[in-house]
Amino acid sequence: MELGRVVGTVVATQKVVGLEGVKFLLVQPLSQKLRPKGDPVVAADGVAMAGVGELVYVVASREASLALPETFVPVDHAIVGLVDRVDLDEGDG
Amino acid sequence: MKIGRIAGTVVSTVCSPVYEERKLLLCDLLDENQRPTGDYLIAVDQVGAGPGETVLILDEGNSARQIVALADAPIRAVVVGIVDELELGR
Repeated sequence: MELGRVVGTVVATQKVVGLEGVKFLLVQPLSQKLRPKGDPVVAADGVAMAGVGELVYVVASREASLALPETFVPVDHAIVGLVDRVDLDEGDG
Repeated sequence: MKIGRIAGTVVSTVCSPVYEERKLLLCDLLDENQRPTGDYLIAVDQVGAGPGETVLILDEGNSARQIVALADAPIRAVVVGIVDELELGR
């Protein structure tokens, strides 16, 4: 799983059966220091509470669909939690 | 599986139900010489690992679901061991 920042919403009326009612958000993956890393992805909102600007964590691949009410759907990224904070252990590493 | 070092924890209140009461660890991935590769993973703790420890991380969903014993858990990465020693042959 990885950290990400919600940067937008995606609206699609015509969707595959099973994805009705699922909210899609544009998420920018982040590094451990919360800097943008790679290209944004479209992620399904598995907690149904994420909004633009929010720091979230995202699960990718087959496991993404398991975060949704209908679990056998074509989804490859899903938000599984909103991040309250990241406690980094600032050592010598 | 991958070798990582625990850099911190991720605190989340609003989350998918299976993540409730599970500790989420931010793990820097390490190369064979135990130097950070720059990449990282957020993994569910299954062994009671703490910051600074070198750990064994599983990043595959089917096995992750077996470990947490939930067939429909949206979890992919799990910390499955604490590494005592890593020895390279020469």
